[in-house]
Amino acid sequence: MIISIASGKGGTGKTTVATNLALSLGDGVRLLDCDVEEPNCHLFLHPVMTDVQDVTTCIPVIRQEACNGCKKCAEICRFRALTVVAGKVLVFPELCHSCGGCIEVCPEKAIDEGYRVLGVMESGKCGELGFAHGRLRVGEAMAPPLIRKVRASRNGEKTIIIDAPPGTSCPVIAAMRGTDFVLLVTEPTPFGLHDLRLAVEAVKLLGIPCGLVINRADMGDDGVREYAEREGIPVLLEIPYDRKIAEAYSRGSLIVEVMPEWAERFRRLYSGIVTLAGSSGRQQ
Amino acid sequence: MIRELVVVSGKGGTGKTSITAAFALLAEKIVLCDADVDAADLHLLMAPRVLGSSDFMGGSKAIIRKKDCTACGRCRDLCRFTAISEDFVVDPISCEGCGVCVDLCPEQAIDFPVQKCGEWFVSDTRMGPMVHGRLGIAEENSGKLVSLVRREARELAEKQGLQLILTDGPPGIGCPVIASIGGATALVIIVEPTVSGLHDMRRVAQLAVHFKVPGLVCINKYDLNPEMAGRVETFAESHNMRVMGHIPFDPVFTQAMIAGQNVLEHAPDSTAAAAIRKVWQEILRFPAMNTLGIKDFSSNIQ
Repeated sequence: MIISIASGKGGTGKTTVATNLALSLGDGVRLLDCDVEEPNCHLFLHPVMTDVQDVTTCIPVIRQEACNGCKKCAEICRFRALTVVAGKVLVFPELCHSCGGCIEVCPEKAIDEGYRVLGVMESGKCGELGFAHGRLRVGEAMAPPLIRKVRASRNGEKTIIIDAPPGTSCPVIAAMRGTDFVLLVTEPTPFGLHDLRLAVEAVKLLGIPCGLVINRADMGDDGVREYAEREGIPVLLEIPYDRKIAEAYSRGSLIVEVMPEWAERFRRLYSGIVTLAGSSGRQQ
Repeated sequence: MIRELVVVSGKGGTGKTSITAAFALLAEKIVLCDADVDAADLHLLMAPRVLGSSDFMGGSKAIIRKKDCTACGRCRDLCRFTAISEDFVVDPISCEGCGVCVDLCPEQAIDFPVQKCGEWFVSDTRMGPMVHGRLGIAEENSGKLVSLVRREARELAEKQGLQLILTDGPPGIGCPVIASIGGATALVIIVEPTVSGLHDMRRVAQLAVHFKVPGLVCINKYDLNPEMAGRVETFAESHNMRVMGHIPFDPVFTQAMIAGQNVLEHAPDSTAAAAIRKVWQEILRFPAMNTLGIKDFSSNIQ
């Protein structure tokens, strides 16, 4: 069972839901923080990291002595990562999408595969909970390959919880795609609703069943609830605005730490997800 | 000289858009620019009247012509994004648009049409002209659309003689953020005093240094955790970023949003409104923002 937690709008409580849910379930669960631009789960869980590895992507390295300046590599590159100046190939590694076209097309076999570091992946444990996250190198633009790497991290757990980045473009798709259920987290405000609609469109495009958590449920208006009802998106949990929760969050504490009774609610949320994912699986 | 302030945060939901909209009221003669093309919200507070919209043509996607395909498998071998299925259909979401299969298909059986990846708009608002965009769902090339929207905003400013571009940036530090900050006069980093707010601000601060753009810090909801707000401030100062001020947590932000207004319009007498005015005054005092800076300097010499 793979659950991705997404939102459209940032700061609605994805990390709060992901960490509290994961910790409430505990054994046999792995939490993957795929918000590699700004990973935050570790700030709340303090996992003990046992493995750190650089995540790289391939880039061309020109062996100038073998290159005859024919420009075939620059011609095939749609990302303008290669250009030929005065018979010499210049490579702009940060523009390279690692398609391998230049290597394939070079008639002199003068291009080797080098690599560029996208970021790091760290993995470890938080008690019984398995954990991994990616951290994009500052200045690196390309998050999806790093997200896919974190997605592949596994240590025998049966339940995977993925904290996705905000938005609806390629990084979010990389985090949500192929998961069994998308748990959308929103706040009941016009911004929350607007971005939720976009997130729901993305989920529909991928054809994944989804449900909703409304955070800070008592601040704002009824727009989100009305929308959810119209669209037939089940509301699985409402978390009220509570200064105690907000302050705990600000310190890096979890809801289930300051209010242990919430652990049961998060376990019930999980049961709700299992039921919904199971029934839609049968329909398919 | 046209200046551009880009409002960023690293972490989402710290108040970028609400505060940008309030700044828009205080600033005179501006062009507004929404660079959060992925989940744009500024228009919800601005009620823009769209004057013109254009398609944003991003990258191309491969499409295999069944009738010309001999199922030789060359494209599947070449594709590093595993975007081509066993029965030779390209999955548009996985296709990176590299065109390697297109160029190297022995039968030349693969088309490569340019895709519409979104739209962008030039609008009129009660605070002045606004340029904004909307990336299609699940699309790539968000950075390109951001660059396009910013370029159009700059052209509009030049054409209309407007001196300031106020840009609402996206969250994170990746592709669209990098496209949002290059060449900006300064970043206004909106931080909330939480462990994640501080963590994410550090990364956006590193990005600002990387691209050599000065960072100005504004602490929102500072009273949620004054101790953490102090740590944000210490971090900012030790990294040569000026703290422009503190804005308290205030439900008027949400109420204003529901009314489709900015905080200054909706609750001009609130403490939040007063704090925002103070922050804006501080920003205007920042040397790079002083429109008279160079003139003053020359008059001193005379």
